Amino acid sequence: MANTPISVTVDQVTYEDDVEPRTLLVQYLREQLGKTGTLIGCDTTNCGACTVHLDGQSVKSCTMFAVQADGHDVTTIEGLAQDGDLHPMQQAFHEKHALQCGFCTPGMIMQSIALLQENPNPTEQEVREGLEGNLCRCTGYQNIVAAVQAAAGAGSAAGTQSEEGAA
Amino acid sequence: MKPFAYDRATDADGAVATVTADPDAMFVAGGTNLVDHLKLGLVTPEHLVDVSRLPLDQVTEREGGGLRIGATVRNADLAAHPLVRQLYPVLSHALLAGASGQLRNVATTGGNLLQRTRCAYFQDVTAACNKRDPGSGCAALSGWTRYHAILGTSSDCLAAHPSDMAVAMVALDAEVVVLGPDGERRVALEHFHRLPGDRPDLETVLEHGELITAVEIPPLAMARRSAYRKVRDRASYAFALVSVAAALDVQDGVVRDVRLALGGVGTRPWRARVAEEALVGGPATEAAFAEAARAELAAASPTDDNAFKIPMTRSTVVAVLSGLAGEETR
Ligand SMILES: Cc1cc2nc3c(=O)[nH]c(=O)nc-3n(C[C@H](O)[C@H](O)[C@H](O)COP(=O)(O)OP(=O)(O)OC[C@H]3O[C@@H](n4cnc5c(N)ncnc54)[C@H](O)[C@@H]3O)c2cc1C
Ligand code: FES
Ligand code: FES
Repeated sequence: MANTPISVTVDQVTYEDDVEPRTLLVQYLREQLGKTGTLIGCDTTNCGACTVHLDGQSVKSCTMFAVQADGHDVTTIEGLAQDGDLHPMQQAFHEKHALQCGFCTPGMIMQSIALLQENPNPTEQEVREGLEGNLCRCTGYQNIVAAVQAAAGAGSAAGTQSEEGAA
Repeated sequence: MKPFAYDRATDADGAVATVTADPDAMFVAGGTNLVDHLKLGLVTPEHLVDVSRLPLDQVTEREGGGLRIGATVRNADLAAHPLVRQLYPVLSHALLAGASGQLRNVATTGGNLLQRTRCAYFQDVTAACNKRDPGSGCAALSGWTRYHAILGTSSDCLAAHPSDMAVAMVALDAEVVVLGPDGERRVALEHFHRLPGDRPDLETVLEHGELITAVEIPPLAMARRSAYRKVRDRASYAFALVSVAAALDVQDGVVRDVRLALGGVGTRPWRARVAEEALVGGPATEAAFAEAARAELAAASPTDDNAFKIPMTRSTVVAVLSGLAGEETR
């Protein structure tokens, strides 16, 4: 079937591309743009590993077609660090050992940033609820929650395009 | 995934005309249900018409009260809307009890109503399923049915309707506004989904090509104090075993009016009319609430796997109504 032209901004770079309509956004990011930082854990909209931001809101990129992102602004885990400085949320995950195998981590970090944008000072319960759509099979979540709270304390509620230095 | 052609609709009439003219076309909105079904091969449209950017994304007050909710209003935006939180808290709570933040950010009002059952056999193309493949049988009848319905089932289908939002809406007497090739019509949400009977594949009263454009909720003063409770196998991010949506008006210990609907137990969002009738005019006591739930559940036909839903539904109804009655007297 005919390819469809799209124009989409990913991590602050605008791309004009032709895609097959059935191409998932996550496939487009990984296979066409080479942005393999966004992972596919389940491919059935469950695990949250593929979470990216669409116009600043978190979405699961395995459950959306690339054509549906046409005209939108996408931020992936690869767009967070600025000039080599980790985003405060990335730094917090690092410092709190909030990962083991790391497979859930890109999605966890993207969802955690979205969570703090809505609620800059979440309680532990609110962090757990805000991350309900992200599954981790390794950590037991304890250190992930700690990292998000640490990042909140460090004032990283600023947007995904945050220019702030590390926490 | 099978290839398909893709169009982005710019006006509702055009979207209706395109899908009406093509038996192999389907609408897609947020895609949070349909995209998985395309991956699993449950549906194989040749043509998708994307309605997610239609200008149906507003929540507005109706003349004379109540709300009109556009079909493409995102679940997250609806849950957070100040008028919804103030006038119909049950709806906000039900939405927030469903799915996850990422999904609510894209899932739409229309798509939520039309989301399909999570029955594991429906989702498995190798299993018999009268809903997916009419006449093929129902693997659930001899299968694992913890999550299946106990009300409205038939000998051809036990699948539960999965929506939380729809349970709150059906309690609130919502109407679905539908646009077809010959213009607009309205259907009470209570009659929008069909019971499975011997045609479980016919899930709603929509004709091919008809588009949901809005859901309207009439004014209901007592809904300012309404509640949703969802019981599930883990505390979040799971479909309901049982859920209860309710609004209650009690005066001097007597139930003046009540709205009650059940999720997780019905083959469609289940308005508990029998229980409501039993309650009105009677005492607002736990015993009366339990008795009303019992009356509603008299028609239940559970399996060995899901008979626990009967006492679970009864206790949840009692808990929710007692909570609301307690607030009234406070
Ligand atoms: C992991 C996971 C967990 C979930 N948990 C819950 C939960 O706990 N509770 C709950 O209630 N839901 C839950 N959901 C389901 C979710 O709420 C639905 O997927 C969502 O509401 C569907 O909306 P959508 O806009 O994405 O629909 P789509 O997937 O775009 O469409 C669904 C169907 O509706 C049709 N359609 C869409 N819009 C219209 C329209 N305007 N007119 C006519 N037809 C239309 C499409 O053709 C399609 O058949 C969960 C989903 C996932 C993936
Ligand atoms: S890969 Fe998208 S939710 Fe698992
Ligand atoms: S660290 Fe392994 S899945 Fe989360």
